[in-house]
Amino acid sequence: MLTVKDRIFKNLYGQDDWNLKGALKRGVWDDTASLLSLGRDKLINEIKESGLRGRGGAGFPTGMKWSFMPKDDNRDDRPHYLVVNADESEPGTCKDREILRYDPHLLIEGCLVSGFAMGANAAYIYIRGEFYSEASHLRTAIEEAYEYGYIGDNACGSGWKFDVYLHRGAGAYICGEETALLESLEGKKGQPRLKPPFPAACGLYGCPTTVNNVETIAVAPTIIRRGASWFNGFGRENNTGTKIFSISGHVNNPCNVEEVMGIPLRELIDKHAGGVRGGWANLLAVIPGGSSPPCLPKSICDDVLMDFDSLKEQNSGLGTAAVIVMDKSTDIVEAISRLSHFYRHESCGQCTPCREGMGWVYRVMQRLVSGEAEINEIDMLWELTKQIEGHTICALADGGVWPVQGLIRHFRPELERRIVDRKTSNTNLTSKSEAAVL
Amino acid sequence: MKDFDQFEFTESGKEKVKEIISFYPEGRQQSAVIPLLDLAQNESEGWLPMAAIEHVADLLGMAQIRVLEVASFYSMFNLKPVGKYFVQLCRTTPCWLRGSESLKETAEDITGCKPGETSSDGLFTLIEVECLGACCNAPMVQINNDYYEDLTQESFREVLELLKRGEKPSPGSVVGRKGSEPVNGRSVLSTDKG
Repeated sequence: MLTVKDRIFKNLYGQDDWNLKGALKRGVWDDTASLLSLGRDKLINEIKESGLRGRGGAGFPTGMKWSFMPKDDNRDDRPHYLVVNADESEPGTCKDREILRYDPHLLIEGCLVSGFAMGANAAYIYIRGEFYSEASHLRTAIEEAYEYGYIGDNACGSGWKFDVYLHRGAGAYICGEETALLESLEGKKGQPRLKPPFPAACGLYGCPTTVNNVETIAVAPTIIRRGASWFNGFGRENNTGTKIFSISGHVNNPCNVEEVMGIPLRELIDKHAGGVRGGWANLLAVIPGGSSPPCLPKSICDDVLMDFDSLKEQNSGLGTAAVIVMDKSTDIVEAISRLSHFYRHESCGQCTPCREGMGWVYRVMQRLVSGEAEINEIDMLWELTKQIEGHTICALADGGVWPVQGLIRHFRPELERRIVDRKTSNTNLTSKSEAAVL
Repeated sequence: MKDFDQFEFTESGKEKVKEIISFYPEGRQQSAVIPLLDLAQNESEGWLPMAAIEHVADLLGMAQIRVLEVASFYSMFNLKPVGKYFVQLCRTTPCWLRGSESLKETAEDITGCKPGETSSDGLFTLIEVECLGACCNAPMVQINNDYYEDLTQESFREVLELLKRGEKPSPGSVVGRKGSEPVNGRSVLSTDKG
């Protein structure tokens, strides 16, 4: 298990002060100027060396992302921006919330260090609108940081001007997609942009921009302080470091916990979440990375490791590392159908395969929940998801169909059983009434 | 009764408007549209009358339709009046796994509303929403700006009854755990070692 000295998030549960006084005790803002004095190239290289991959779901190598920003010798007169994605809305995921409300200075220091590494003088933190008290903690922390000169015209006495602005969203999952977030930040509907150009070339206000997740930015200063080799000493190649896992659903003690990347799923659940309700044998399935990655049946959960590559090998993904646990009492078809409802609701409507497709998927899923379908509709649904996947501007639709693919891949007998039962008995399963689909 | 055909920010609201616009570069004041609509909604009993949308458009030099399309795109903006307590029941899978359906029953029972309705006394508006991002404290409900977490039918009933009596229930976990620590005590961060 991680020891306290190797934890980055020392106030994950808010057991200590979240404000400046508490943050200083935890070592935040400790000679941050010396980190900046390493210079842009060294900072980016150290992050590359550490193997840090984005913590928002896609897992893109962070150092490489930063290196796409124009270098000092070829930058034009456009400002550079860091935009922090605090629009945490992926079902199952509630880790950034803990950073925002209990360790906001860790994030603000991360903004300075990573912003400096990209040549940015300003950061916008885009926080989901529903996180009202989290935003108020963060606002207070930003004010404290200005007051004590950690940010502002001469951040930490480094000579670097750095401003941090808080921007609250207003309820739209799609704004977690980086270019939709930029559109929203510019005061428009949150609809993703076609890429290229990528934000590093043309992002916020047409300027070079990097969008990173809260956790990604918050871990950066600690990685620089302790060195890439400390961070990449955890986990295994290509899957390094520590990570906050959100464990929800049918466990005895749902919680967030920072653990080593690559911890076995079973160990994570047993050690930190008090085990599956009714014991491990009572496990039905787990969605290992938020709502988008396909679910895994118990047989895979028995020994799968929680990292990017292990979960990819199982046709799933680490995503946001939010583990949704379902025990044997779960109506797995309804559980996935609710996710289909979610994606249908959150589609921005820009691309037809998503706007229409998410509704189609949800309607077929409802038929499968009640068993009022034909057996061949299972294959039809599979084919439908394959027609949607990869045919839209952003990954929302992909994330919307993967859960359904996981369901068909691992629980096809259950889908068939319902249909057969329904046909033979025609009584015990009734269709749930749902609001009309517009 | 408030006149919703006209809208102007309060004096303190006007100060906030200035501050918010200053966060964005010269010529990019459109960025302030969401924060300003949010502020307007707060000053307009929890919803956005057309007059408020038009006023924000004028302030930011935007076409009214551009502001309206923002207001109608984001789920937090209400384009119809809502009750004093805006009760948002999380319905997504992590909350559903831990009993959100039973909370819906409780809410319907106490408020007399179905999702989408406002009670006749104007006290409650009930809606079902998608994931609110507090899944380790499921099931949960948002009422106005506050999250109520780790709810059961009994504790949720109490929250709603308190509101009905004009009292303010304390937000957060109703079982009193700190944040998202395990309910039976922390497995980490409780000793020097772990």
